[in-house]
Amino acid sequence: MTKRTVRQNRLYIAAVLYLLILGAAAVAAPWISPHNPVEQDLEARLQPPGKGHLLGTDNFGRDNFSRIIYGSRSALLVGIISVSIAVSVGMVIGLWAGLVRGMTESTLMLIMDSILSFPTILLAITVVSFLGYGLTQVMIALGIIYSPVFARLVRAETLSIKTEEYVEAARALGTPWLTIIFRHIIPNLLGKVVVQCSITFALSVVAEASLSYLGLGTQPPTPSWGLLLKDARNYLIQAPWLAVYPGIILAFTVLAFNILGDTLSERINPRLSRNR
Amino acid sequence: MNFALFFLKRLLRLLATLFLISTIVFFVIRVIPGDPALVIAGIDASPGEIEAIRATLGTDKPLAAQYFSWMGSLLRFDLGESLMTRQPVMKLILQRLPLTLSLAFLGIIIGMLIAVPLGVLSAVKRWSFWDYFGMAFSQAGIAIPSFWLGIILLLIFAVRIPIFPLFGSGTLAHLILPALSLGFARAAVILRITRAAMVEELGKEYIITARAKGLTEKLVKYKHALKNAMIPVITISGIQFGYMLGGAIIIEQVFSLPGLGRLFLTGIYQRDFTLIQGGVVFVAAVFSFINFLVDILYSLLNPRITLE
Repeated sequence: MTKRTVRQNRLYIAAVLYLLILGAAAVAAPWISPHNPVEQDLEARLQPPGKGHLLGTDNFGRDNFSRIIYGSRSALLVGIISVSIAVSVGMVIGLWAGLVRGMTESTLMLIMDSILSFPTILLAITVVSFLGYGLTQVMIALGIIYSPVFARLVRAETLSIKTEEYVEAARALGTPWLTIIFRHIIPNLLGKVVVQCSITFALSVVAEASLSYLGLGTQPPTPSWGLLLKDARNYLIQAPWLAVYPGIILAFTVLAFNILGDTLSERINPRLSRNR
Repeated sequence: MNFALFFLKRLLRLLATLFLISTIVFFVIRVIPGDPALVIAGIDASPGEIEAIRATLGTDKPLAAQYFSWMGSLLRFDLGESLMTRQPVMKLILQRLPLTLSLAFLGIIIGMLIAVPLGVLSAVKRWSFWDYFGMAFSQAGIAIPSFWLGIILLLIFAVRIPIFPLFGSGTLAHLILPALSLGFARAAVILRITRAAMVEELGKEYIITARAKGLTEKLVKYKHALKNAMIPVITISGIQFGYMLGGAIIIEQVFSLPGLGRLFLTGIYQRDFTLIQGGVVFVAAVFSFINFLVDILYSLLNPRITLE
């Protein structure tokens, strides 16, 4: 193993550990949070990090650390649901386009491409402004917006797997298409889909935070990293700790998912790595 | 395929996209549950009042009639009237546009100023300190959300070391920090493209020829390779400019700048349907037009692309 692979491996392990801890914290939030995240304590307003409140308190005296822990719930929930929607929708459209070809394919791909060509956040704001605000709407909006990436990927993979000899052999034997799809095509494209899931997860965590920052995502008093930062903006002078910690956790989460995606992608397809 | 045909095809696609967007926006607004008139009127409005609002909105007419009048006014660059302020949506947009455009423009300049030199250095001195620095930078640029970077920049350069204003707008000083927050994430993308393009050019045969000719290494790298590597870099930067318009919505909120993003958000908060509708169509049109320009520019810079 080269020095670089060792370094990449260490980063990968660190990222996986971080995500495991984050996931565990999200699940175990009620038991590990030192305080109730929505309980106000007006006598302990805007306290700096220290004894009693590890990462300080906000303008209502709510514990910043507990709110960050609970905020991971919104972030991870949005990631899980929106990525699941995107994978399912993208997979169906991608397989359909890749197998049926012709007009259906060009129409589907034209729609996918036009969605892809717009900035995610702009689309998300637009969809949410139509659907109404809230966590559920954000999950649906992001799920729709991220599905074209999967559709393109699945279609491209399907087109190449379809011409493989084992698929031709299966077809010659009279295997029904549905069996071929589940036995040959899906297992072979799963690797790349998993990589894309990791990257998309990172994107949707940022999108959730951004939309919540704008007041369109998670609604108060439910904690979300974006909402924490929104409140922090108004108390930059009195309580800088409110702006620093949620952002660090947010950035580390995105970084961890990106490292995960990069490493998996290099393992699945070593030729695609930066190693040129 | 020659350039004229490529241009025509691309122009047709632009028009088709614009048509598709305006149609989708029209129908989505009308399909979603909830009558805009009911929202505007409030819960205790009388049926007569609701009817009156429907008449002013035009939502009492048949759907087909509404659609054709919407498309007709779009052709005249008329986006209708804002429900809240009663002013033409187009006028409101044009008032706010200069700020957002200068923000995006400044952002892309900052992004390129950071990314291009660092990307070239990474490619020329591969696996050196600079390359690793570039990699770390682009990872950070992608991981750090621009709105958080904006808050942190405010914290450092407006609160701790007060060299930039914390609130307000109107001067260049008010634009520096927001543009920096926008440019940082874009720089990460441009950096990756610059490095990849430079590495690719440096591996091409004409570089070997240039070296064999006895040209100095400096001339080979910075004149021959860089010139060709800039083609994809400029293209990507152009597309990134479009993305900036999206990012500006959040950044304007962080820095309380009265740009297009703020106008759009106010429309959403107040459920100003005509403003949302007009805003979406406008931004989508600008974005498609930028993509169109970038494609044309790219094919002019790299004639081989039209052959495909």
